Amino acid sequence: MALRQGRGYAAVNYPTGMNLGGDPSQALVHATTMGGFVVTLSSVDLGQGLRTVIAQCAAETLGLPIENIIVDTADTDTGPHCMGTFASRGTHRVGNAVIMAAREARDVMLQVAADELEVDAEDLETDGTGFIRLKGSSEKKIHVSDVALAAHFRQGRTISGRGIFLKEPSTPVPETGEMDPDSCQAHACTVAEVEVDDETGVIEVLRLYNTYEIGRALNPAIATQQVEGGAWMGLSHALFESTEPYYPHSREHGPVDFTEYLMPGPADIPAQTSLFLERPAADGPFGAKGIGEMTANAPIPAIANAVYDAVGVRLTSMPFTPEKVLRGLDELRAGRAG
Amino acid sequence: MARLTPIDNAYFDGERTGDFTVIGSAVQRSDARGHVTGRTVFFEDMSLPDMTHVKIHRSTRHHARINRVDVSGALEVPGVLRVITHEDVPNNWYVVLRLIGVGPDDEPVLAEDRVLYRGEPIVAVVAETEDAAREGAARVVVDYTDLPAVLDVEEALADGAPIIKQAGTNHFVYEGHHCRRVRFGDVERGFAEADRIIEGRYSSSPIEHAPTEPTGCIVVPQGDGRLRIHTNTQAAFFTLDNTALILGVPPTSLRVVGGTVGGGFGGKVDVIVEPLACIAAMLTGRPAKYVYSRAEEMQVSSTRAAERIVIKDGVMDDGRIVARKITLYVDAGAYSRHSPYGTTKAAAHMPGPYTIPNVHVDAYCVYTNRTPSSAMRGFGVTIGDFALESHMDRIARELGMDPLRLRLKNAYRDGDMKAHRKIASGTALVEVIQSAADLVGHDLPPEYRAMSSAERAEG
Repeated sequence: MALRQGRGYAAVNYPTGMNLGGDPSQALVHATTMGGFVVTLSSVDLGQGLRTVIAQCAAETLGLPIENIIVDTADTDTGPHCMGTFASRGTHRVGNAVIMAAREARDVMLQVAADELEVDAEDLETDGTGFIRLKGSSEKKIHVSDVALAAHFRQGRTISGRGIFLKEPSTPVPETGEMDPDSCQAHACTVAEVEVDDETGVIEVLRLYNTYEIGRALNPAIATQQVEGGAWMGLSHALFESTEPYYPHSREHGPVDFTEYLMPGPADIPAQTSLFLERPAADGPFGAKGIGEMTANAPIPAIANAVYDAVGVRLTSMPFTPEKVLRGLDELRAGRAG
Repeated sequence: MARLTPIDNAYFDGERTGDFTVIGSAVQRSDARGHVTGRTVFFEDMSLPDMTHVKIHRSTRHHARINRVDVSGALEVPGVLRVITHEDVPNNWYVVLRLIGVGPDDEPVLAEDRVLYRGEPIVAVVAETEDAAREGAARVVVDYTDLPAVLDVEEALADGAPIIKQAGTNHFVYEGHHCRRVRFGDVERGFAEADRIIEGRYSSSPIEHAPTEPTGCIVVPQGDGRLRIHTNTQAAFFTLDNTALILGVPPTSLRVVGGTVGGGFGGKVDVIVEPLACIAAMLTGRPAKYVYSRAEEMQVSSTRAAERIVIKDGVMDDGRIVARKITLYVDAGAYSRHSPYGTTKAAAHMPGPYTIPNVHVDAYCVYTNRTPSSAMRGFGVTIGDFALESHMDRIARELGMDPLRLRLKNAYRDGDMKAHRKIASGTALVEVIQSAADLVGHDLPPEYRAMSSAERAEG
C-alpha cells in the first residue's frame, strides 16, 4: 500500500455568450454636474467583479480616471434591459454596450469641450487624468468637471450615450445542426498533479497548472480570481459533490446541509500556477472573451487523467469518490490475478 | 496585494494591439471592502415590521396523481394568514425559456392533479412568522395515488416506458426530432477507414450550486399598487418578465431591485421564488418573504443535470481522429427549465476543440421523475469536457502516444470548419497546450513546438 503520484492533462475551449446568441444587453451613460459619469444598467454583479470591469470599460472609453465612474445597476425601474448574468456573457455583452454608450457620451463631451476652448472637437484628446486637451498643446486644456458644468449650465446639453450589444439569434438547422452558437471561444489547458492513496482510495490534488487564453485580461486580478476560484469548483465537482450520491440507483441519502454535502476546505486546495495568453476577439470589449464559467471545466478531466497516471484506474463517473477508486483498483488486481 | 497571473506576451504578440490606461490594470473590486467589513447589504438584511413568510408543502412522491389536498390543518395554525394553491396562480403553467421562444409551458407553479418529482411544490402557506408558515405547510395533507416513476434517462427513452409528460414524450422535441442532432461528414465511413475504434462511456451525478446565500426574495407592496421585488436573481428583467406573465399583470406593475448576490452559479436564473412571494404579497397586502432553506436549496432547487455521454471514435494509428460519434443524455428531471437550451449548447460544443472530419451527435434532453435540473456554470459543456478530455487520454494511452501531442495533432485551427459548420476563428488551443507544457517542463518536439492556431502545416 502506497501513496502514488500522477499527472494528467486536459485542454478545452468555451463559448462566450448565450448559445445561439439573441441575448442583448443595454447601457446608458450620462454625466453629472461636476463630471462624474453614471453607467446605468440592469445587469447583476454576482460577486465576480462585473461592476468593476464595466467601470474600467467606461473609464477607458471616456478617457477618464476610474474614480469618475459610478455604476448604477440592477433596478428595472431605472436600468435598461440586460438578459442576465450567465453564459459567460457579462463582460462581453455589457462591456460592449457600455463602450458604445460611452463613445456617444464622449463625443458630446469633446464637442462641449471644443466649444468652451473654441477649437475643433477632432483636435481634442483625453489624457486619462481628467483633462481634455488640444492635441500637441500642453496649455490648451479643460478639466472634465468644467466641461460638465458648462454642458449643464451654459450650453444646455446632455452629455450622455446609449449602447446595446446583440449577437443576432441563430436558428439551428434541425437535420444537420448547422448553427452559429457563439461570439468567440476562450481556451485553456490544465495540468493536474495528484497523489492517490491506494489503500483508502482518497485522491489529493497537489498542484494545478493552467494556461488560459482569454482574449484580453481587462482586470488581471479579477481574471486570476476566476481561474483560481473556478479550479476550486472543478476540484470540488471532481472529488466531492453530488446531491444524489447513488445516482441513478437511488434518491435516498441526499445531503441537506454542508456537513453532509462535502466541498473542499482550505487544506484540500492545491497550489496553482497560471499563465494568461491574449488573442483579442474581434467583437470582444477591448478583445476580451468570457471566462466566467469555463474555469471549472478543465480541472475535472485533468484530475481523472492524473488518477489514471497514478494508479491505472480510469474514472468514468463523477464524483471520483474513494469507493470508485478502490473498486477500480480491485478490478485491476482481479484482472491481473485472472 | 491581489494575486496576479502573468500574461505571456510571446504569444499572439502582433495581435495584441492597443494602448490602455485603465484596461489591463488590477482595479480593486468595488464590492470587496463591503464584503470583508460586513457592510454589504443582501436582500435578507431588509427588516420590515409587518413582513409575512412563505413556506411550501412539497410532494413526498416521485410520481403520483393527487386525489385530494386538505389545507384545513394549515389554516388552524396560529399565525397562518393564507394558503395558496394552484387556483390562486393566474397563469399556473410556464417555462422560463418562453421569453426566447422555447415551449411548451410544461411546469406548474403549484401542482394541480399530479406531481412529477419528490419535492414538487403543491401548496404555499403564508404566515406571520417563519415557524408558523413551516408548521402550516407541515399540516397540509395530500392524498396520492402513486404512478410508475421513471428515474433513469435511458429507461425513460426505452420502448414501453411510462410516459410522464403531458406533451406525450419523455424527451424534449427539437423541431420534430427526438434529440438535438449534429451531422457532419459520414461517421460510418470514418469508422470503416479508421485503424481502430475506441469507445467510452462517461457519466455524472446531479450537483448543487451551493451558494452561500440561498435563493430568495422579499416582495414589498407599494402605495401606488406596484410590487417591489428585492431578489438575488441573476437576471433582473428575466425574473420580472416571467413573473409578470405568471401573475397576468402588466410588467410595469412590478419592479425588480437586486444586484447583490451571495453566489449564483446559475441557480438563481430559475424564476421560482418571486411569483409565489408576489402572490402572497397581493393576497395579504403585506410584504412577503420566500427564501429556500438550506435543505430545500440542496434537495429541491434545480441541480446541474446528471449527464451520460457515450463516445465512439475512429482513430488512426498516427493519432488522427477521423470519426467521432457522441450520444449524450441530459437528465432534465421533471421539467424543462433551462435544459432544452443546455442540451443544444452541449451539441454545439461537440466534438470538442478538435477538427474531426466525420461527426455525429445525438443530444437528448430527457425527462425523468427527478428534481429538475437547470442552468449551472458551464452547463452543456462542463460534463462534456470531462467526457471528451478523459477520452482523449484514453486514446493517447491506447496508442502509446504523448497526450499533448495527440491533442496538438487534432487541435482545431483558424479556418477549419466545425461540426456545426461555422468556420473557426480566433482559435488558441495549440498555444495554451504549448504554454502549459512549458509550465510543467513537458518536452515537445520542434514540429509540435512550431505548430500555430493561425495556420495548419501540411502533412
